[in-house]
Amino acid sequence: MIARAPLLFVTAAFALLAAYPLVAGEFGVDLVAKIMIYAIFALSLELLAGSTGLVCFGHAALFGIGAYAAVLLSPQNEAAALHWLLPASVLAAAAYALFMGALSLRTKGVYFIMVTLAFAQMAYYVIHDTPLGGGTDGIYLNFKPVLTLGGTTLLNLDLPETFYGFTLATLVLVFCFLALLLRSRFGRALAGIKDNEQRMRATGFSTYPYKLAAFVISGGIAGLAGFLFAVKDGVVNPELLSWHLSGSVLIMIILGGLGHLRGALIGAFAFVLLQELFKSEAIFGNFAKHWHLGLGLTIIACVALLPRGLVGLPQLISQRLSGTRSLRDGDSPDEPA
Amino acid sequence: MSPPEVLLRGIELTRRWGGLVAVDRVSLELARGSVHAVIGTNGAGKSTLINLLSGEYPPSSGRVELLGQDVSNWSQPRRAQAGLGRSYQRNTIYANFSVFENCRLAAQARLQRPWAWWESAQRCPASREKAEAVLQRTGLYPMRDRQAGLLSHGQKRQLEIAMCLATDPQVLLLDEPLAGIGPEETDRMLELLAELRPGHAILLVEHDMDAVFRIADRITVMVNGTVIASDTPESIRSNADVQTAYLGEEQP
Repeated sequence: MIARAPLLFVTAAFALLAAYPLVAGEFGVDLVAKIMIYAIFALSLELLAGSTGLVCFGHAALFGIGAYAAVLLSPQNEAAALHWLLPASVLAAAAYALFMGALSLRTKGVYFIMVTLAFAQMAYYVIHDTPLGGGTDGIYLNFKPVLTLGGTTLLNLDLPETFYGFTLATLVLVFCFLALLLRSRFGRALAGIKDNEQRMRATGFSTYPYKLAAFVISGGIAGLAGFLFAVKDGVVNPELLSWHLSGSVLIMIILGGLGHLRGALIGAFAFVLLQELFKSEAIFGNFAKHWHLGLGLTIIACVALLPRGLVGLPQLISQRLSGTRSLRDGDSPDEPA
Repeated sequence: MSPPEVLLRGIELTRRWGGLVAVDRVSLELARGSVHAVIGTNGAGKSTLINLLSGEYPPSSGRVELLGQDVSNWSQPRRAQAGLGRSYQRNTIYANFSVFENCRLAAQARLQRPWAWWESAQRCPASREKAEAVLQRTGLYPMRDRQAGLLSHGQKRQLEIAMCLATDPQVLLLDEPLAGIGPEETDRMLELLAELRPGHAILLVEHDMDAVFRIADRITVMVNGTVIASDTPESIRSNADVQTAYLGEEQP
């Protein structure tokens, strides 16, 4: 399923990420670890929005629930065991995804978008306004989880390099899992649902369980990203569940290119790096205060000029260079069906 | 002759859209080994009838029996699983997939195995073989790697049938498979239907009267949601009501 060039690209990208801490300082390692977490988060949404055609506008809730679960389930006075805290956080997010998906998947199109947003806002206000979530300030994670075996510590996520390596390994695993999933029968059925759900039903696929399964898997992965985020910063706050983050992650996958797993990777990097760029006072001086404006304009320009996202850039360049337009340009079949 | 084996039966099917009665107490039987054509003017309720039989939406009243079972409350996918295949009036294919993948995915419906996430769908022997077979049968094999959305209209109509066959149905509900295609393709399609006839019960909704009279064993005529005649082609040809409905009143 994966053509040679993308495979090469992804392998090279992961190799570069693995080598990066050897040359980078503390700030760089921290930044790239954050981007990789966003990339995992973006991959989870890509499974839904890009591969199944379900645009979820409440994905931050699942991310935030994973993050809050990591903190709330950690003991106050000692480090939690990684091998149960991580699955517990993933399961917490997946459970909310099951609830959210079971109801929201009864709707379609723009209604689906609004219902998922409503579910996310519901989770946001529960965390924000009840003692459970510690209010606006959020809560701190006193001890970061560790993986121990027979008294020796195998992984201590408090160490930045260890955390970086663990995050990268998680990202690679999630990517490979999704790549396998999408080429399986299940993945092809999701692609069929995206392309023509009516036909899928007419040929004998009950599409609802497929979509719900995709939603829960996606939610679990979003929760995994949230878990990593909570462990990285050692603190969680309600903003992790806010619709701003749901929007940001949607922009990431659109920027990178919907329908491609590597689009989620590229999009996460592009989005966060652009954000850092426009926030940089060294480059933009006083204008850095208005970084939203610069970021927004750049994204609008990207979407306008690159309808297929950054993933489509090499093809676009080669077309411009050879002066031809491919038959599949625009990717629009000649019938709306 | 033994009595015909009825595979699909619609009983007193009615569908109302607000005040409009699109299908009004229509009953019909589809038997294995026969082509049952439903003809009628535009808006007569033919496509609605197919949608009711296939479970696309529920009838306002009436029942559907498939292979002797009451399937009125079954969802469309469940009816499809039980052996009911349909094609659509407007092309309903996976436009972004290859012709082969269109058929393979349709065939996959019979063996879904969604939990086996590590197995590649492209290496699924059952669905591959089935897809190859239906592509051969419908004459689409040479286009197997073409993107389905880029096929000609006639080829898309053939692909609809191929996808339908890939699910191994016993009952075929075909909604205007000949609409908008050329004479040669029409001949090929009718040949295919004749080949399929012995093993299947076929419902054919069609506007092309020549084709209908060439292939149909039985013809049901619908006007404004009701059946005005249901008989052999010869009797339909000489039926006064049908002539009135189609050609208008005879000038004195």
